[in-house]
Amino acid sequence: MRGLYVMALALALVASAAAPVALAQHPSPAPLPRAGPPPAEERVEVPPPPFTDGIFPCTSCHASLKVNRVRRPLADMHGDIVLTHDEQHRWCLDCHDPDNRDWLHLASGEKVPFEQSYLLCGQCHGEKLRDWRAGVHGRRTGEWNGHKGYLLCAHCHNPHQPRFRAVTPKPAPARPSAAK
Amino acid sequence: MDPEKRPPPVSRRQFASVAAAAAAGFILTACGPKRLRELSRERLAALLEDLEKDYTKRFGTAVVVADTPPIEGVTFAYALDLSRCIGCRRCVYACVEENNQSRDPEVQWIRVLGMNKEKGIDFSESDPYYQPAEVPEEGHFYVPVACQQCRNAPCTKVCPTGATWTEPDGIVVIDYDWCVGCRYCMAACPYGARHFNWAEPTIPRDHLNTKTHYLGNRPRPKGVVEKCTFCIQRVRAGRYPACVEVCPVGARKFGNLLDPKSEIRYVIENKRVLVLKEELNTMPKFFYFYGT
Repeated sequence: MRGLYVMALALALVASAAAPVALAQHPSPAPLPRAGPPPAEERVEVPPPPFTDGIFPCTSCHASLKVNRVRRPLADMHGDIVLTHDEQHRWCLDCHDPDNRDWLHLASGEKVPFEQSYLLCGQCHGEKLRDWRAGVHGRRTGEWNGHKGYLLCAHCHNPHQPRFRAVTPKPAPARPSAAK
Repeated sequence: MDPEKRPPPVSRRQFASVAAAAAAGFILTACGPKRLRELSRERLAALLEDLEKDYTKRFGTAVVVADTPPIEGVTFAYALDLSRCIGCRRCVYACVEENNQSRDPEVQWIRVLGMNKEKGIDFSESDPYYQPAEVPEEGHFYVPVACQQCRNAPCTKVCPTGATWTEPDGIVVIDYDWCVGCRYCMAACPYGARHFNWAEPTIPRDHLNTKTHYLGNRPRPKGVVEKCTFCIQRVRAGRYPACVEVCPVGARKFGNLLDPKSEIRYVIENKRVLVLKEELNTMPKFFYFYGT
């Protein structure tokens, strides 16, 4: 009896000593896809950005206008824009480029075109960008085993008010009691 | 053995008549209706042509009935993001249109269960009949349920005629020509995913989807069971199911479980995933996950 007990104890000791070794030998997991800006060739194919009709290029007006960084009610133009996207800390030129309005810019000052606006969004929403690249955040178009299409963040989320609006549901199914 | 208890010897006449009956029976069953997988190419083509003619006459528009085979090395799987679904039921009606479900009496393959956040996923607390002015409602989340395409499917085991089975690409299908309407499969399914045509299905002519598959969305007769087939007519041609394409919030994901680069594998490897009624060991290929 005592022999058995000693043997079990020895086995347990050996097992506990071996466990960390086994863990250490386990291959390290594959690195997670990066959230940062990708190299140029990794550019994702997307449909054209959802501009309001006739509003782009922005420089057709802004090229001749003076840059005004003051937070103010927009009276002459863009009065329809309501900013509810961390509006405490942000104003137009934090995302739109002051020198060339046809571009956006990152926090680093690097310019990005509207077609790559996901890089701008990904500065804060890194984990969403990672899922989006994998095709898991947002809608996917195309084919499951062929060409896969992406949509820009702005195709679904209004960048100035990104939260989805509530929608009317389609009719509920008929109750069994209503069957003829 | 006692010679008096020996059974009377079989006469030449008796033997000949039994043999003839057996031969006739064999020939009759061999020539009669066959299961899809037993059909020769010619007979299958003839069968599909007959069906196309019949549907075309009934609906007054050209209907195609395909028998697109499964793709080698593909097992289909589905993932649905519970943190995104807003319960708008767009998927339900896209499915009805795509898969030629009866409008009256109403047949819907997808059922969206409205759930109370405080109760969690509790089917006894769920409400499929919610109808507020706007969704999502405060304090609620939504679980759309259709066929879970189980790897260990209870429905296919109980079918007395072999009218339902699992295809090599993992889709559980029904041959409506072999279904006798006993509804054992409906009793066996723990997800309420199978639906019975209690009356002659009605589909408005101009709403008929004319691109059909023999095992999927071809028009069904009265008295047979039907269910979700992952849009077999679309996915075997490389397309996404109709519900995936219509979902306004991108909550629905679809792909090949055997492809390590598919969205499905990313979800399973990186997200919190669950299946419904795991304890029943049905092993669904329909996964629910939390994307946030």
